[in-house]
Amino acid sequence: MKNNSEITIIFNFITMKKASILMILGALLLTGLFVFPLWNIMLGAPQYPEPLGMNIYIDGIKGMNEFDIKNIDGLNHYIGMKTIPKPEDMWEFSVFPVVIGTMAAVGFIIGLLGFFGKVSYHWFLGWLIVMTILGILGMYDFNAWMTDYGTNLDPHAIMKMANPDGTPMSYKPPLLGHQKMLNFDAYSYPRLGGYLMGAGMFLTLIAYFVGKRSKKNN
Amino acid sequence: MKKYKIQLLSLLGMAMFLTSCGDNNGNKKSSGALNSNNAEKVYVAPGEHDEFYAFMSGGYSGNLTVYGLPSGRMFKEIPVFSQFPTTGYGYSEETKPMLNTSYGFVPADDSHHPDISQTNGELDGRWIFINGNNTPRIARIDLQTFETAEIIEVPNSAGNHSSSYITENTEYVVAGTRFSVPIPQRDMPIADYKGNFKGALSFISVDPEDGEMAIKFQLIMPGFNYDLSHPGRDKSHGWFFFTTYNTEESNSLLEVNASQNDKDFIAAVNWKKIEEYVNNGGGTKMPANYAHNVYDEHTHTATTTMNKEVLTVDPTKVPGAVYFLPTPKSPHGVDVDPTGNYIIGNGKLSADLTVHSFDKMLAAIEGKKFDGEAYGIPILKFEDVLAGQVKSGGLGPLHTEFDGKGNAYTTFFISSEVVKWKLGTWEVLDRKPTFYSVGHGMIPGGNSRKPFGKYFVSMNKITKDRYLPTGPELEHSAQLYDISGDKMELIYDFPTHGEPHYAAAIPAEMLAPKSKKIYRLDDNKHPDAVTTPDKARVVRKGNEVHIYMAMIRSHFTPDNIEGVKVGDKVYFHITNHEQDFDVPHGFMMIGQNTSGLLIMPGQTKTSVWEPKQPGVWPFYCTDFCSALHQEMQGYVRVSPASSDIELSWTLDGE
Repeated sequence: MKNNSEITIIFNFITMKKASILMILGALLLTGLFVFPLWNIMLGAPQYPEPLGMNIYIDGIKGMNEFDIKNIDGLNHYIGMKTIPKPEDMWEFSVFPVVIGTMAAVGFIIGLLGFFGKVSYHWFLGWLIVMTILGILGMYDFNAWMTDYGTNLDPHAIMKMANPDGTPMSYKPPLLGHQKMLNFDAYSYPRLGGYLMGAGMFLTLIAYFVGKRSKKNN
Repeated sequence: MKKYKIQLLSLLGMAMFLTSCGDNNGNKKSSGALNSNNAEKVYVAPGEHDEFYAFMSGGYSGNLTVYGLPSGRMFKEIPVFSQFPTTGYGYSEETKPMLNTSYGFVPADDSHHPDISQTNGELDGRWIFINGNNTPRIARIDLQTFETAEIIEVPNSAGNHSSSYITENTEYVVAGTRFSVPIPQRDMPIADYKGNFKGALSFISVDPEDGEMAIKFQLIMPGFNYDLSHPGRDKSHGWFFFTTYNTEESNSLLEVNASQNDKDFIAAVNWKKIEEYVNNGGGTKMPANYAHNVYDEHTHTATTTMNKEVLTVDPTKVPGAVYFLPTPKSPHGVDVDPTGNYIIGNGKLSADLTVHSFDKMLAAIEGKKFDGEAYGIPILKFEDVLAGQVKSGGLGPLHTEFDGKGNAYTTFFISSEVVKWKLGTWEVLDRKPTFYSVGHGMIPGGNSRKPFGKYFVSMNKITKDRYLPTGPELEHSAQLYDISGDKMELIYDFPTHGEPHYAAAIPAEMLAPKSKKIYRLDDNKHPDAVTTPDKARVVRKGNEVHIYMAMIRSHFTPDNIEGVKVGDKVYFHITNHEQDFDVPHGFMMIGQNTSGLLIMPGQTKTSVWEPKQPGVWPFYCTDFCSALHQEMQGYVRVSPASSDIELSWTLDGE
């Protein structure tokens, strides 16, 4: 831990311009989601030493390997799960790109305006709050889809598994982390696009604090 | 007198067996610590992979087996020249053409000498070639699918034994005849063999892109037996060497009559010179009839083309193309060291090895120092081409491999041992017994400019007491020696399938990453494939019923078929819709007079069934594909020939 006075000195030299650059960078990092997956679910089992995996992009789901989705669907038919949705099957895959694109553009403009002194650092925080709310809504929606996907099963399923208490077993993958499901180990974690988005949002938070500090010192 | 000598040899051989036995028993008891060290050397822990792929010929199985080294575990038997009911090879409509020949459908053969394709004299791992000895054929096996991709018949040949060795850029795969025969074949007295029978040495070109083979020319040689061969490499690239025996040209009781000459020949063939001659319009086109069978990985189907002509070359018409190098006592293997300078003749009835020098051979040719000629082919003087002799102290040398560190390893059949000696000094460095009577030996890449001199595998002809007895018939035995040190060390012993006459091995990392996992369904060009389940259907064409069927875990589409009649010929064209690694499905139909099928993901195969009595007859998946494997089944209703029931088919009553 450096002593506080030193940190204060450093901050004193940082201007609103620098905070604005951070804001711009943070907003631009969101665009990584157009290239890299937001989330990833891996399914490993004794018969799958090379696990099956799916990458969740903002505009659709793709297999880690070419035939992973086909093979996941093939396995899921035993337990009566629906097939993995195609982009046209879910409104989310057309709406998410618009939301992310818009937020990145708005963040970029706010940063630009901040750079030229047209808006204050409060806008940075405002953007972050909106983004956080959208993120939470997105996660909620994602979780709701997985719950439906893992529990709304075909009544004619080949294998109807039950929990010890007699309730039907859910095959909902975990929102985050690891879960054992029958012979499968499911792992659910953010992927590069998701990490870039997180880093971007963190940068805008820093931008807010930096902006705030520069204001105070002025 | 001669007979007496042979008997003496076999007595000597027996004496060596007895000695070997004694050594072995001694070993077993005395060296526990050593053995545990050796155990570590061959132990490939569960889930770990071997260091090398070894491809062993199957001999009379007609196939090629794939092993791991050092573990000695067998991974696969690749069907090549023989029908293979395990997968339906040679039984399915798609693969039957692979076994077509000018003699008709030949369902078996005797596979001998595999050789892996090379670039610049080093293994490149694209294909492996192997010869069918009995009905002369050469096969090319694809090393991405590990399946036979092509078989070409060799006309004018009989006992295709001095095969299938490849030149150092895989320009040619070479196939020489063991038996000389009348060329062209005709009805004539066997007693007129001498001077009338001929030996054909075939140079089969290999397309550098797709590997497709074509006979470029056949060299029509005197009527000797051409036993084994090897390409020159590096400095001797452009030459090919063949051992001969029976230069006596006898035709009966060869074991005696072909063992009379003190020296037979190694034929040195300058194939570049003949290639040039042929490219300039030389040679004689001769009527012939031979099959060329090509398997297309995209249609999953083989086709046969009958070729009607072959280009022959009379060696006396191409000056400087062929010379004979006198070599003692019916040489078996002829092996060329990695530098290309030493040509080793393994005189199988001799105690010594004869090593010729390529440089000296060129000098002798240059100086025209000939010792007469045979059928117009100049014979070089033994002393002029001799580089040295290895006084091995063993008996019955057959074959020599190289470790790339200046050492050679020769197998001795009669004295049942492998002898390590030094190239250049001809000094014997080490010897170890084999169990028993080794034929060929193999070092990974030992047949190339760049051997991987870590292991030596001896492929033995006699097994006796090596493993638990299994009645009179035993698998052959192989031994693995660690040759990384000064002395060879016997570290493992494992049974091999059929009779491996030779083997070729390659580092695993050169093949494993490109080994195919599935066939792509979207690349399936089989005319009878159903690539989506909704295209499944049943069609009648006269008394043929074609069932276009899809299979995926864990059902057939369709699964119930009605409207088939007694006297119909029913074709099941089945496409495996899986696109997952290692999920084949099988198919068998009750009472079918042929093999079942094993169908890989994305592949289509066809099986024929001729129902003989009315009834409802089940078929099922024979590969335990999934937890619902036992449910993977269907029925065919067979009605009397006079019935007018229309064809219908269902899946789940739909």
